[in-house]
Amino acid sequence: MKPAPFEYRAPDTLQEALTLLAENGFDAKLLAGGQSLIPVMNFRLAQPGVIIDLNRVSGLDQIDVLSDGQVSIGAMVRQATLEKSDLIRTRLPLLHQTIPFIAHPQIRNRGTIGGSLAHADPAAELPVISVALQAQFKLQNQSGERLVGAESFYKALFETELGEDEILTEVIFPATPTRTGYAFHELARRHGDYAQAGAAAVITLDEAGRCQNARLIYLNVGDIPMSASQAADMLTGNQLNDSLIEAAARHAADHEIEPGGDVHASAAYKRHLAFVLGKRAIYQARTAAQQLS
Amino acid sequence: MTQILITVTINGREETKHVEPRLLLSDFIRHDLGLTGTHVGCEHGVCGACTILFNGEAVRSCLMLAVQANGQTLETVESLGTPDNMHPLQQAFHEAHALQCGYCTPGFLMTLKPWLKENPNPNDHEIREALSGNLCRCTGYQHIVDAVKKTTDLRQQTTD
Ligand SMILES: Cc1cc2nc3c(=O)[nH]c(=O)nc-3n(C[C@H](O)[C@H](O)[C@H](O)COP(=O)(O)OP(=O)(O)OC[C@H]3O[C@@H](n4cnc5c(N)ncnc54)[C@H](O)[C@@H]3O)c2cc1C
Ligand code: FES
Ligand code: FES
Repeated sequence: MKPAPFEYRAPDTLQEALTLLAENGFDAKLLAGGQSLIPVMNFRLAQPGVIIDLNRVSGLDQIDVLSDGQVSIGAMVRQATLEKSDLIRTRLPLLHQTIPFIAHPQIRNRGTIGGSLAHADPAAELPVISVALQAQFKLQNQSGERLVGAESFYKALFETELGEDEILTEVIFPATPTRTGYAFHELARRHGDYAQAGAAAVITLDEAGRCQNARLIYLNVGDIPMSASQAADMLTGNQLNDSLIEAAARHAADHEIEPGGDVHASAAYKRHLAFVLGKRAIYQARTAAQQLS
Repeated sequence: MTQILITVTINGREETKHVEPRLLLSDFIRHDLGLTGTHVGCEHGVCGACTILFNGEAVRSCLMLAVQANGQTLETVESLGTPDNMHPLQQAFHEAHALQCGYCTPGFLMTLKPWLKENPNPNDHEIREALSGNLCRCTGYQHIVDAVKKTTDLRQQTTD
């Protein structure tokens, strides 16, 4: 298996990369970690005429804390770097605990946060986590930049807000609110494989221990990260007892996801998984938030 | 097709070659440099047979282009030991029967080399995690886990 011939460009600056992208448009592909792009080129499912390699572009691999406690992560930060970062562990615990679910160590050594987010695989963990944490994506082209919220970035299967001439350069995560617990659960046939289904929960409690805010986002049970906002509304304002958690997880699995079946899992089985994993995630996030209160 | 001139340091030696941009790093290593110890199983990142060290980190050489290695440092299984003077990992694999056909072995060894440096005293679970990205169709993995433990035990004995 060999990729079809292409022209290779390895710019040193973002400006050069943006110019090359503008000049070559649809025929060009950005190369980040290559852990999704090179396989599809090896299979010749993608045959770009020009490869613009971002690996030598400077300034895209920083992790910074902004003055208001937001965390900014450059698009070319490797998944393995996130996994080992103390800053990510303490400031973005949900992101930290989810990275080991992505593929295998050798793949995380190359794979980048930006590549995974832009690739928009519904079975990928990072898009789900960025929607759960309400991250903002910075998209740049030659004429400027814009910020797009993670939830509106994902539009359809492998389809995003990214324009043909745009590069995702930075991901900005809001500061962690107080009394907030996080959890992510997924089920894969083999550790490191793409999961059949998964669920992320973010629960903030008020001073009386009631749910002040909840977010529930599901993995691989729809074309994009699926947000169960009605189930989250059921939790908000209430004490999170067993029956309420169960009812919310049930509602999400029955009404707020759109799983398609595949050879490994029928749609009905995925709904069942979403219910079980969602319930577990809410419980764990609630318990974590209680411990912080 | 235009060729690009690249220089890599591989197993301590400098090599300069003209390559087509679409040449995979795995094929460059095997065909252009003749280092056939790096194996190719799937060419889409699933099996791990092609694992090499790229600037000291374990990566899939089938998911990189040779041109991306320009100016970088590579290590392949040939850098470990020789039949008469095996690397401790190779010795442990030999003693624990951690290979049968041997097709997967170079990938396992190159995955383990940097990992054991960062994780000198792993437990069974951690070893299995670390090896989750390498497939072996022969051994059933248990003997590979045993070999890793043998390496860490040996090391402890020598430092005790
Ligand atoms: C065997 C295997 C198992 C895997 N398992 C998982 C898994 O369980 N979970 C998971 O989430 N992922 C998994 N992956 C995918 C892996 O996480 C990839 O690293 C990731 O999907 C893509 O990131 P990348 O940096 O490698 O991007 P690339 O492959 O380089 O690029 C992917 C796409 O995004 C575009 N792109 C890249 N960077 C940018 C940017 N900055 N701006 C705009 N567009 C950009 C590229 O043009 C391309 O279309 C697996 C991969 C393999 C090979
Ligand atoms: S040949 Fe590279 S992972 Fe299988
Ligand atoms: S020894 Fe044959 S594949 Fe591992």
